[in-house]
Amino acid sequence: MEIEGEHHPLDEYLRADRIPHIWCPGCGLGTVLNGFLHALEETDIDLKNLAIVSGIGCTGRIAGYINVDSYHTTHGRAIPFATGLKLANPKLKVVVISGDGDLFAIGGNHFIHAARRNIDMTVICVNNYNYGMTGGQLGPTTPLESKTTTTPYGNIEHPFNLCHVAHASGAVYVARWTALHARRMKDSIKEALNKKGFSFVEIIASCPTTYGRRNKMPTGLDTMKYYKEKSVIKHGIEPEKADIEIGGEIIVGKFVDIEKPTFNEEVEKLIRRFHK
Amino acid sequence: MRIEFYNGNVASAEGAIHAGCKFFAGYPITPSTEIAEHMALRLPQVGGVFIQMEDELASMAAILGASWGGVKSMTATSGPGFSLMMENIGLGAMTETPCVIVNVQRGGPSTGMPTLVGQADVMQARWGSHGDYEIIALSPSSPQECFDMTIRAFNLAEEYRVPVIILMDESVAHMSEKVMIPDEKDIKLVERKKASVPPSEYLPYKADDFVPEMACAGEGYNVHVTGLTHDEKGYPQATSPEVQEKLVRRLCDKIRENEEKIRDIEEIEMEDAKIALVSFGISARSCKSAMKKARKDGYKVGIIRLKTIWPFPEKYFEEISEKVKKFIVVEINYGQIKLEVERMVGRKKVVLLPKMGGDIHKPEEIYGKIKEVHNGN
Amino acid sequence: MKYWVKKELKPPHGKVYIIEDRCKGCGFCIEFCPQQVLQESEEFNSRGYHPPKLVENDKKCIGCSFCSLVCPEFAIYIEKEEENED
Repeated sequence: MEIEGEHHPLDEYLRADRIPHIWCPGCGLGTVLNGFLHALEETDIDLKNLAIVSGIGCTGRIAGYINVDSYHTTHGRAIPFATGLKLANPKLKVVVISGDGDLFAIGGNHFIHAARRNIDMTVICVNNYNYGMTGGQLGPTTPLESKTTTTPYGNIEHPFNLCHVAHASGAVYVARWTALHARRMKDSIKEALNKKGFSFVEIIASCPTTYGRRNKMPTGLDTMKYYKEKSVIKHGIEPEKADIEIGGEIIVGKFVDIEKPTFNEEVEKLIRRFHK
Repeated sequence: MRIEFYNGNVASAEGAIHAGCKFFAGYPITPSTEIAEHMALRLPQVGGVFIQMEDELASMAAILGASWGGVKSMTATSGPGFSLMMENIGLGAMTETPCVIVNVQRGGPSTGMPTLVGQADVMQARWGSHGDYEIIALSPSSPQECFDMTIRAFNLAEEYRVPVIILMDESVAHMSEKVMIPDEKDIKLVERKKASVPPSEYLPYKADDFVPEMACAGEGYNVHVTGLTHDEKGYPQATSPEVQEKLVRRLCDKIRENEEKIRDIEEIEMEDAKIALVSFGISARSCKSAMKKARKDGYKVGIIRLKTIWPFPEKYFEEISEKVKKFIVVEINYGQIKLEVERMVGRKKVVLLPKMGGDIHKPEEIYGKIKEVHNGN
Repeated sequence: MKYWVKKELKPPHGKVYIIEDRCKGCGFCIEFCPQQVLQESEEFNSRGYHPPKLVENDKKCIGCSFCSLVCPEFAIYIEKEEENED
């Protein structure tokens, strides 16, 4: 017999009084939150100095479930809010967790500039190919030909390859996994958290309710099986070669891991000139 | 104490430095850019951080983040940038985040007259973000006041946990005058109330006297801050009209109920005035000159200069309307403060002397209006 | 492979804990358990979903915790057992 569990080992990291969360059955967001907390457990980060910032949307709700200082900001503005937070208090470990629409459509400009400046923060983007909270509209990562409520005849827009955007903008760490790669995702998040500078992890996750059921994957399980069938691990591949197409292979892995001075270090250097 | 020769923009930036501002995020825009430039020069010297953001949306978001990081923060902009800041000003009001926004007003709407004066963002400062909230807005008339009022803006922001807007105008911003900088010990600074109970007992949005205690990031309080309607715990309650009722009432009442404390009005020659010139910013200076001439010619004219524009001093106008027969509202817009004055004293008592922007009122125009109003009586 | 091993290795064991009322029945744990030790219960939980239960032979869990990692609901976790209770 299985044993009736009472206290999940990760409950101490959660605002357990807010669980169950609002996400639908089969949604990949819970898996990402789970992976993030497992990763956190394996780092030395002092939870007192951890701050989570998110924008708006289903993923935006993630901040509210983690029992640390957490900020649920406006649509698209998680990264600049996090920038202010980190620069005001450099002791903080600042993590932005938000969705593809929030970070790359309405907030796209902030993403590329924070990466360019190499602000010391980790950005985790949960990419579910659509705007889930508003009912499944076209997003900046919706694959060509996909059906959404605003592309009823199939998407005619070319989607972003988020890892390519991150790399081209200057991120020092870039990795992509699907929610199925739970363990590797956890390991990548851990690496990103331990990385100095602007680190980026994209996690492709199921949205059965608003994306999946319009695209022949009506349950989260269908989507996870699809990931199992289509994902190929290619560490170190140039991110521009990792475009995502409907029915095509999903290239995952760690693509970028480089070093360069962070904005925070440069600011500190500047201040030291006046305070020897 | 020392004397400097500053324009309004630089004076405001210096005021911020003296108020203990340690973070500035901004985007270049005429006619406010000198504030960003001066902050870029000065902040590293005092151990602060300057960052030029990619736009005003980001600037406003960044100063909110910095405030939750535990420091006093500020941005500066003008009309078009002010419009872009509106959503996050709302987030600041909702999450009760102390911060200061300088809006150096230019001629609008839209790109309008980037290098010339305007005063038409008065209502936008009050109502620009969606939903019900209250805000504080100050209006300086000289570089000295730019310095002093920026310090006061930080103090008010910290005291009431609300974004405070300095509604400057291009003329004051680019006018250079003597500015007296007091010694550090003579500057009174207000700091936000910190959490006074241990984390287990702390409720981030519980307020006994309207303003809750603030626990910033890294202080060990595990605070959740959201723009959604939230309860005293800070948790989203986006489907509870009861929680919304309580929250929005408090957000508004903390300013409304303290209006008299926040109020700052300069009355000039109002003891026996039958006609009052109501003005603010650069326009109030034209009024002074016109009033002096009118007084010399025997007209009983005084000036009500609004140094605090929002919250509007409703009771003050109610009371003063009993002895003043006519109010001439002098402003560089087509009637914004006029609406507020009318609301309090009635339409029949109010005359508007507007300017659409690009130029300030000449004293003769105001004098002419005083004569006209006097003769009409 | 036995000839490589000097001493007989015992596969690790795990105890499966399920917080039934958190489960939303997505089936991830059941589908992706490498040992296939879970199946859907016929019973409903308090929210109307079918949580997982162990298949008949519960000895097969090797304590890899993949179910616990992939679960979106924080509804399942594993405790590794130190020794086999053969």
